[in-house]
Amino acid sequence: MTTVLLVDDVHASYGRFDVLRGLSLRVAAGELVAVLGPNGAGKSTLLKTVAGFLTPRQGSIQLDGEEIGGLRPPALLRKGVAYVMQRSSLFPRMTIQENLELGAYVRKTTAEVRQDIERVLALFPRLAERRQQRAEGLSGGERRMLEIGRGLLLRPRLLLLDEPTMGLAPLVMDLIFDKILEVRAAGTTVVMVEQNARRALEVSDRAYVLEQGQTRVEGRGEDLLASEAVRRAYLGSGVAGR
Amino acid sequence: MTLEIVLQSVVSGLMFGGVIALVAVGVSLIWGIMDVINFAYGEYLMWAMYLTFFLYAGAGLDPLVSLPVNALVLFGAGVLTYRLVIQRVMRGPVFAQLLSTFGLFVLLRYTAWLVFRPDDRQAQSLVSNGVLKLGELRVSTGELVAFVGSVLATSALFCFLTWTKTGKALRAVAQDREAALALGIEPDRLYAIAWGISAAAAGVAGSLVSPFMYVNPLVGDVFLLPGFAAVALGGFGNVYGAFAGGLVIGVVNVTGGTLTMPKVKLALVYLVFLAVLFMRPRGLWGR
Repeated sequence: MTTVLLVDDVHASYGRFDVLRGLSLRVAAGELVAVLGPNGAGKSTLLKTVAGFLTPRQGSIQLDGEEIGGLRPPALLRKGVAYVMQRSSLFPRMTIQENLELGAYVRKTTAEVRQDIERVLALFPRLAERRQQRAEGLSGGERRMLEIGRGLLLRPRLLLLDEPTMGLAPLVMDLIFDKILEVRAAGTTVVMVEQNARRALEVSDRAYVLEQGQTRVEGRGEDLLASEAVRRAYLGSGVAGR
Repeated sequence: MTLEIVLQSVVSGLMFGGVIALVAVGVSLIWGIMDVINFAYGEYLMWAMYLTFFLYAGAGLDPLVSLPVNALVLFGAGVLTYRLVIQRVMRGPVFAQLLSTFGLFVLLRYTAWLVFRPDDRQAQSLVSNGVLKLGELRVSTGELVAFVGSVLATSALFCFLTWTKTGKALRAVAQDREAALALGIEPDRLYAIAWGISAAAAGVAGSLVSPFMYVNPLVGDVFLLPGFAAVALGGFGNVYGAFAGGLVIGVVNVTGGTLTMPKVKLALVYLVFLAVLFMRPRGLWGR
């Protein structure tokens, strides 16, 4: 399988302290990879660095074999790296339609983009009904769908999702995971950071567990779920509790 | 005092208010997008009036003919202001931003004073001296053209913000800068465009008032303070509210002056301004 994303020995920091300390991982084409770990392990920092919001101090980040470390977000978007940040990132006083259009900002506005918007709305029918309404009126789950849909309008090679189910009710959470699986099934490579370790491991092909800015454990989702040692050491009550 | 006089003053107030509305929209655009108050805005307008005057005196261009030139030159000046000054101070504290536009105000005003001296000058236009009669009401052609021009310019800006890709990107940057960047929208590029458009609006306003107003280095005050009042009235950063606020301020200014004494008309503007802020701190149409 071809490697889409290769992160090799990456160090990155906010200010003086390294949050990523020699982190490495590899994502193959078409995979859904979960990134897990305790708070402060560097999960979000990893996505921010790959998305170009943080410049790696050391190490290499490659997309399809091409070095992308240190490129800024607009350049990365043009190469097909879409990033859905952890916090809500919709434009609240713009309509759903407008939010989606802006997802394709770096593309030329063509019939193709309009078709892609229809495709995204078909994937999320609840958004289709309300396309002329402002984003501020949406529920938490609908907002997440719109953010993911907006990311898809880039036709991304790689979709980065930072805690897509954070703060959502369990049923809505399941819906979002289902949608992420649909996106993966349609051929998009997905890397998602998740707090909900059990569900993330259930749906993902492979997972990395980070600790203190490094990869500690790597493996297939089901294998990690089955591993007693991984559960106890890294996944905490999020797994044991169910 | 007859009803005709009051009606007449309302009409004159609306004419003046149209220009104030355009000024308010220009100021409000920058405030709404990047939370910066441009104290130098009236000075842009003053320089635009000088440009209009010299294009008239030197090349014989009617102010309405040189309007596109004015808009383009001021657009460039706005972009330059952003790139040379504002972009740098945006990383600093809010005080640095306030002081930088205030510094620009002083620089632009007193450079004009130095170069042009405080003499009054006026360009002439085809529409300079006409008067339209509508029954008992009279409207000077110049003011009517300024009003219509301001409404058209503002409408064009609203259409731009509502329907074009760049307009949508501008609104996106205003609402969430980081989220916009995550979609590939370069905030610096859009801020520069916003400064260009804002300054171009001052250019258009300068051209529109030139047929009936003298230009001198202090003329910016006529527009800036009522313009700020209109921005606050309309709800800071709300360009639609700013436009409505401009019309209200214009009527208060002229009709208020007519009903009381002309000397107190500016005081009345601020009385209304204070009363509105007292009761609705976010302005009449604030969010």
